[in-house]
Amino acid sequence: MNRTFGGPAIFLDRSDINTDEIIPARYLTEVTKEALQPYLLEDLTLEGFDPRGEALKQAAVIVTRKNFGCGSSREHAPWALEVNGIYTVIAEGYARIFRQNMFNCGMLAIELPAADIDRLFALQQQGVVTVAVDLDRQRLVAAGSRQELSFDFPLSPFDKALVKAGGWVEFADARY
Amino acid sequence: MGQTIAEKIFAAHLRDEPFEGTYVLDLDRVLCHEITTPVAIADLQWREKDRVFDPTKIKAVIDHVTPAKDSKTAVQGKILRDWAGRHGIADFFDVGQNGVCHVLFPEKGFIRPGFTVIMGDSHTCTHGAFGAFAAGVGTTDLEVGILKGVCAFRKPVSILVNITGQLQEQVVSKDVILYVIKQLGVNGATDRVIEFRGPVVDAMSMDARMTLTNMAIEAGGTSGICWPDAVTVDYLWPFISADYPSKEAALADFSKWHSDPDAEYDRVLNIDVSDLQPQVTFDYKPDCVTNARDLRDAPVDQVYIGTCTNGRLEDLQQAAEVLKGRKLAPGVRGILSPASPKIFREAMELGILGIFMDAGFCITNPTCGACLGMSNGVLAPGEACAATSNRNFQGRMGQGGMVYLMSPATAAASGVKGVVTDPRDL
Repeated sequence: MNRTFGGPAIFLDRSDINTDEIIPARYLTEVTKEALQPYLLEDLTLEGFDPRGEALKQAAVIVTRKNFGCGSSREHAPWALEVNGIYTVIAEGYARIFRQNMFNCGMLAIELPAADIDRLFALQQQGVVTVAVDLDRQRLVAAGSRQELSFDFPLSPFDKALVKAGGWVEFADARY
Repeated sequence: MGQTIAEKIFAAHLRDEPFEGTYVLDLDRVLCHEITTPVAIADLQWREKDRVFDPTKIKAVIDHVTPAKDSKTAVQGKILRDWAGRHGIADFFDVGQNGVCHVLFPEKGFIRPGFTVIMGDSHTCTHGAFGAFAAGVGTTDLEVGILKGVCAFRKPVSILVNITGQLQEQVVSKDVILYVIKQLGVNGATDRVIEFRGPVVDAMSMDARMTLTNMAIEAGGTSGICWPDAVTVDYLWPFISADYPSKEAALADFSKWHSDPDAEYDRVLNIDVSDLQPQVTFDYKPDCVTNARDLRDAPVDQVYIGTCTNGRLEDLQQAAEVLKGRKLAPGVRGILSPASPKIFREAMELGILGIFMDAGFCITNPTCGACLGMSNGVLAPGEACAATSNRNFQGRMGQGGMVYLMSPATAAASGVKGVVTDPRDL
C-alpha cells in the first residue's frame, strides 16, 4: 500500500483522549468504515477545538499528549481517522490496543518524548504546522511559518513492516 | 532466570518471532461479539477469505445490544449469526441463551489456565482470572485471529500487584481494583501484564477475581492475571472432570503456570487493604478514585447494576443484602441487568430478583446495554448514574451524563439514599 504520511497537523492538547471521544459508542452500530466519517472526535470537549471545524477537516496529522486512544478496543477509532484522511498520529504515548490498531491498519502511531512534543506544540503558535514523514529514515519534519523542526522517531521493525505491508492482515496472510 | 506466568504462557504458544521482541502466539480462544466482528467478517469476504482457523476455538455471542433495538443492530446480529452458521461455530449464543461475553464465556468453561485468548473487546483481560493470557484487541487482530489463529504481542513485561491485609465489611474486589487503578494511573500498566497475587486474591471467589482482572485495562494493562489454584479448579471442575482423575491432579497440572520465585517484574506494588473503604470514581477517568464518603452529597438519578465487571451472582447478592427491606429513593431509577441467563435464573430462584423488584428496580435481560450508552438506561445530559461498570468517560452512558463507578453494595446504597453513599452508612 502506498500511502503518504504527513500533511497539515491539528493539535489536541490533552492526555488520555479516549476512544469514546474519538468515536462515540452510539456509532458502533455502523458496519462500514465510511459511515464513521462525519463523527470523528464528536464528543471531545477541548478549548479551541471544534469537531466540525476547518482545522480538523484539513488535518492529515494529529499531535497530542500521553495515552492517546485509551479505553475501548474499537478499531472504529483509527478507522474514523483513516476515512478522514488522517494516517499519522504523533503523541507522547498511546494505549496499547489503539497503537496496535493503527499499525494493523497500515497507519503510523509515532511516539516522541515529552520535550519534543512540547516543541511541536510551541511551533503551533506560528500558525499552521505541516508535517512531512520519511518512513524509511524514521524522521519527521514539522514546518511552521518561520521555523522547521526535525525529529528522529523510533519504530519497531514489526510496526514498520506492518506499515510497509499495508497492515497486519497482509503481513499475516503472507506468512502464516 | 525464572519466568512469570505470562512468560510461561507465551513460551508455550510461540508460533513465530518475526522480529526481535515480537511474539506471534497460537491462540486457544478467539471470542467474538456483534459490535467488532461484523467488519472483520465483511473484510474477510471482500478478500475472498471467508474462512475460520478452527470453529471449535471460536466462540461468539450477541451481547452489546440484544434483542436488537433497531435495524442497524439487527443487521449486526444477523451478520454474526449467519457467519457462525456457515462456519459451524457451535458455541454461538443468541437471544435466550446470550449474556455479557466476559461473564458468559467463563461460565461455559471455555477459559482454562494457560490459555491464550483474544477478543475484539478491551475487557477481555477479565479472562486472566483463570490464569490465562487474555487480551483485548481491535478488529484487524480479531480478523487475523479468526483466519489464522494467531496474534502478535510485545514481550510480556509484568507488574506484580501483591494484595495483603484483611478487607473490612462491605469492602470488596471492586473497591480493591479501583484503588489499584488509582495507584497505577490510567496508563501506569500500558504494555504490561498485571499479575494479581497475595492472600486477599487467594481468598477471593472466581466472581471476585474476574472483577479484579476486568479492570486491568483501565490502568492500560494488556491482561490482568491470577494464579490458577483450588478455587479455579472448583469453578472449572464440571468442565474438566473427564480430563483429570481428581481435583488434586488438576491443581498440580495448573500449578505449572505459576510464576517462578525468581521471575522478574517491571514493578512490584504492595497494597495492604486493611484500611480500605468503599471506593468511588469522580470526574471522567477511572483513576480519579476516592472514598465513597467523600462524594456523599453527589446526587444520583439512576443506579445501574450489571456489566462484565459486576453483573455476576455474588455481585447481585451483595447488592440485594443492602436492598433487602429498603426502597430506592423517590425519583431514582434502578436498573438491574444480570449478566447471563444462568445468573438471571439463579438470582430468581434465590429470591434476589424479588428483593430488587421490591426495592423498585427494573430488571433487564442480560446485555452490555447502558454501560456504553447503547440501550436499556442511557442517561440524559446532566444526569448522574451510580454504576457497577468499569468506565466513567465523559458521555460513556449518554452524552452529558456523569458515571460514578462503585461496587454493587455501594451502588445499591446510593440508590436507597439518592446520593452517593457508603453502604456502611445506611
